[in-house]
Amino acid sequence: MKKLWNNKTTRTNLTTYLVVTVAFVVMQLMSSFGQLGSAMKGYLIPVCAYIVMAVSLNLLVGVCGELSLGHAGFMGIGAFTGIVIAALLQDAIPNDTLLLVVAMFAGGIMAGIFGFLIGIPALRLRGDYLAIVTLAFGEILKNIFSNLYVGLDSEGLHMAVSTGKVQLLEGGRMILDGPVGATGITKLSTFPMGFVLILFTLFVVLNLINSKEGRAIKAVRDNRIATESVGINVTAFRMKAFVVSAFLAGMAGTLFGLNFSSLQASKFNFNASINVLVFVVLGGMGNILGSVISTAVLYILPEAMRGLDDLRMILYAVVLIIVMLFTWSPSVKNAVQSVTASVQEKLRKNKKEAVNNE
Amino acid sequence: MQIIQYLINGISIGSVYAIIALGYTMVYGIAKMLNFAHGDVIMVGAYISFCVTNYLGLPAIVSIIAAMAVCTVLGIIIEKLAYKPLRGTSSLAVLITAIGVSYFLQNAAQLIWGTAPKNFTSIVTFKPFSFADGALVITGEVIITIAASVLIMVGLTLFTGKTRMGKAMRAVSEDRDAAQLMGINVNQTISMTFAIGSALAAIAGVLLCSTVPTLQPTTGSMPGIRAFTAAVIGGIGSIPGAMLGGILLGIIETFSKKYISTEFSDAIVFAVLILILLVKPTGLLGKQVQEKV
Repeated sequence: MKKLWNNKTTRTNLTTYLVVTVAFVVMQLMSSFGQLGSAMKGYLIPVCAYIVMAVSLNLLVGVCGELSLGHAGFMGIGAFTGIVIAALLQDAIPNDTLLLVVAMFAGGIMAGIFGFLIGIPALRLRGDYLAIVTLAFGEILKNIFSNLYVGLDSEGLHMAVSTGKVQLLEGGRMILDGPVGATGITKLSTFPMGFVLILFTLFVVLNLINSKEGRAIKAVRDNRIATESVGINVTAFRMKAFVVSAFLAGMAGTLFGLNFSSLQASKFNFNASINVLVFVVLGGMGNILGSVISTAVLYILPEAMRGLDDLRMILYAVVLIIVMLFTWSPSVKNAVQSVTASVQEKLRKNKKEAVNNE
Repeated sequence: MQIIQYLINGISIGSVYAIIALGYTMVYGIAKMLNFAHGDVIMVGAYISFCVTNYLGLPAIVSIIAAMAVCTVLGIIIEKLAYKPLRGTSSLAVLITAIGVSYFLQNAAQLIWGTAPKNFTSIVTFKPFSFADGALVITGEVIITIAASVLIMVGLTLFTGKTRMGKAMRAVSEDRDAAQLMGINVNQTISMTFAIGSALAAIAGVLLCSTVPTLQPTTGSMPGIRAFTAAVIGGIGSIPGAMLGGILLGIIETFSKKYISTEFSDAIVFAVLILILLVKPTGLLGKQVQEKV
């Protein structure tokens, strides 16, 4: 056990699992003792979903070094696939937890397939251009979701991309209704299941990072040309990271989607993608625990400042800019250092004088 | 006749995109950053123009000049406070800061002017021209927009080609370090780029709201993303490319709305972007830079 603890990677990974578990147990206890407000309770599952989103995007941005601006698109695929699957199999699978798990995997696999299809053209590009193409795919997916009509009746599923095309038999109902979105969703997501999904995601991502594949992916990030020259298939590894990331985002989407009774495609817009990116960058690129913590804090922060009303989003923006300046800017860092140094100097002097005076 | 009408409308909206795209492209060319706050500068420009005409009762031309002045100052301040300290660090850090600035501008506008949409009065007062018994109508806005974009295009080409400052800009965008060694003041040049880009954004904001008269704090975001797409289609960093990309995008958007599907016009525009990038990975007029090992 001690030997295990001495290994730095294992230690970091175990700490990550430990922090998440402790946070879950504390929240669960607080919730069962009625210490959590109803607003706070409402955030538990979305926070879980966004943590999974952030960790999966960190695999792409932090570990693989590819900027994606359309991650919410995969979340959307997962959400709407999960909703349709859950509605379809509602009678076949009586157990809610099992149904949720099946829906999550369906959502994840669908998002993974789309990730693969999008990856074929997108991964030919690099840097900012890849970012732009992912942005474009995200917008296309959102556009398609908001014009997708899916109905369910005794004959099965009916799908169309324009209004009025879905004709249902008696007793049928619309699952997705174009711009109105999904309505009448059976809420299947629970906080413990969100926790299990986070653990699953951590397990997948942490093991991937510390495997042979992960080292290859990191090598691609650090120097693509050198990696290629030692015989590593760069495109294949970028694709692997991209598909795994999309798969996990899809699962997060299902968890998120099955938490609300109605859901519109606009939830998965450009701003949602950007928010996840903010979580990842502020948490530290490539730092998985950092993503988890920054997501939890930053998701709750604007909500906790609700008392400030109009000012809260401005404050959020200012905090964001200031944190970025303090953590990244060399000139600001130097200024902070010189200020702290001079303060320390003064304190030391005062101490000395105090000693001398005695 | 109808097809000409759509073509003209497409060129008109495309000209607005082109003016915004110029701001994106110049900033990207010179500072190598995606300035996501650019779309919100458009919105600020439109609000300033709205306030000057509606509250102070001054003529349209004064309102445009006021909007340009405010946006220029705003652009320089944003650059100095938020982007300059991060120069030379990770491009992702600058991107996130730009997003922070974008949030800030949107929410500040919401605080000052409220969320309720304002009804923007068009700056153009003359009547539309009608040809062929009303089958072809060219509004004053269309004429002004196209004329403005042509003027701006010619002006910018002359500026970057003939003046000292313009040449300095081109030098900095080509190789910042070499430019500095040649005695070019890089910081001043970058500030100048932001100033010009923001002034153009103000003009674009006024023109945009003259055509689509609802003005609210989120007015700038979608045209911002569209114009950004246009800049990439044309080859980000290239000034003629931004113009070409903007007009192409406007035409594609108008035609797909009329002939293919109104609902899917967004998807079509972005699909065109992806197709173009697959064939020409640096855009239509972008330069292919060979990577050196």
